[in-house]
Amino acid sequence: MSLLWLMRRLLLIAYTMIVVSVVVFAITEALPADAATMILGQNATPAALAALRARLGLDAPVWLQYWRWVWPALHGNFGISMRTNLPVAPAMLAALSRSLMLAAAAILLMLLIAVPLGLAAALGRSGPIDLIAGLVSYLGVSLPEFVTATMLLILFADRLGWLPATGYVSPARHLVDGVRHLVLPVVTVALVMVAHVVRMLRSETIDVMASDYIRAAHLKGLPPRVVLFRHALRNALLPVITVVALDVGYVLGGIIVVEQIFAIPGIGRALIVAIQSRDLPSIQAGALMMAGTYAVVNLLSDIAYALLDKRIRYE
Amino acid sequence: MSEAWQRLVRSRHGALGLILLFPVVLAVLAGPLLAPHNADAISFAARLHPPSARFWLGTDEFGRDILSRILVGARASVAVAVTATLLGTISGGLLGTLSAYLGGMADEAIMRTIDAMMAIPALLLALLVLSSLGKGMFDASLAIAIAFAPGMARITRSVALATRQQDYVNAAIARGESAGWIVLREMGPNVIAPLVVESTIRVAFAVMLVATLGFLGLGAQPPAPDWGLMIAEARQYLHQAPWMIVAPGAAIALTAVGFNLLGDGLRDALNPRVG
Repeated sequence: MSLLWLMRRLLLIAYTMIVVSVVVFAITEALPADAATMILGQNATPAALAALRARLGLDAPVWLQYWRWVWPALHGNFGISMRTNLPVAPAMLAALSRSLMLAAAAILLMLLIAVPLGLAAALGRSGPIDLIAGLVSYLGVSLPEFVTATMLLILFADRLGWLPATGYVSPARHLVDGVRHLVLPVVTVALVMVAHVVRMLRSETIDVMASDYIRAAHLKGLPPRVVLFRHALRNALLPVITVVALDVGYVLGGIIVVEQIFAIPGIGRALIVAIQSRDLPSIQAGALMMAGTYAVVNLLSDIAYALLDKRIRYE
Repeated sequence: MSEAWQRLVRSRHGALGLILLFPVVLAVLAGPLLAPHNADAISFAARLHPPSARFWLGTDEFGRDILSRILVGARASVAVAVTATLLGTISGGLLGTLSAYLGGMADEAIMRTIDAMMAIPALLLALLVLSSLGKGMFDASLAIAIAFAPGMARITRSVALATRQQDYVNAAIARGESAGWIVLREMGPNVIAPLVVESTIRVAFAVMLVATLGFLGLGAQPPAPDWGLMIAEARQYLHQAPWMIVAPGAAIALTAVGFNLLGDGLRDALNPRVG
């Protein structure tokens, strides 16, 4: 991994954020009801509307509006929320941190389930565990989060009463209660990823086990356990990093729905509220933060991949 | 083609997918005819009935028959998903082929922009587009198509690039075939097969996205018998009438599992090298 490669990769992130900001700006500024009408209501006089448009800078050319939005945003200032009249950036960052905790917990849970399941499915090909793994991976990619979440709510909160239905308690403040509130959302988000990773890990392990160096390790007389854990697992697990990183985009989408259902004050719920109340600065900040998270996670995964896989030399 | 069809039917995934999708296709084609009751008929005497001989899947809070609503709602849900996937595949496919054809700096610029677009989660992009286009089924399909296009472009480009290097394409160039012939007759068929596989799997994702948008109140609007909307409305009756959620949830899952299996079956059938 050379310095040049890292520089190029950082440049690409900058480019990604430029593209994302232009796309987000273009879509949100095309909102049918313009901001002035929204604030003053439909019965506002044309004079009042024009005055407010001038005050908000909506009469300026589009590129100037973009610049007036993106330049402060680069300095961490995303403007004032139209709904709460508070600065957008601190509120959105606090929401993002809760979402990241949710996502991290989901990824951890996913690894705990998917890695053993994927390996067992590959080693016991066409056996009962393989069948279960196949079932889990098809159900995981075929059940939208809102269906899984609602089913889990019915079963574990309503029928069995084991877990609270909705709401958020900070685990930093009340550990047990906080974790209890997070179980169902985390399971929901993890399920889709389990499906992706089990599938990938199964086929990857089957490929690796059929490779020459595994044959060589067997022929050397190494015990099967050593061959599996020291030789095969290492190479089969590498692509998991990439799949998880690419899944982050999917997870962030799923988090929007899950937070909405379980009433978790994360960035997804903040975005839905912002969209419903047409709170432009919050929509823009939330979308940029989500895309930024995706870009950064993918950079980190590329770096991890390069460090772990000695065959890869990024020039 | 018939050979591929035979391989599809013989493959475990493909056959199972076709079997699961049979009732879905039936509902899409003839849902209103098959519905035992009027899907919109309100009857307060029949509110929140559990599944019974008269109402196989129970009734909702207005006494509407849930089975009828699922059958009638199938057409819109699946049609929007298929339309969105087709639009996304065609636009993404054209962009990806163009990028592979242009090559060099243009290819680099297009692909890096597409990579950047993919940093916006599909659901978020669909939500943003919908919030500016307005709610409704047509807008939903357009929003999903826009969200799908970058991914399809990326896949098409990689396949088109690989195809471009094949000996038979070089042979065609050496024979002096025209560019149109090479793109349509030599490269085309080999680009289309992976695209068919990918878009079949994407239909499953699109069905889920359509339902999610309906659930969030940004897709179909009440009283449409949309599957996602039905679940959203049923959430208040989660305790008294869980069947209101289970039935449309199962319909979404059946459709999505069916398309996922069909996609995997097609991959095996159209790509005989992978055994």
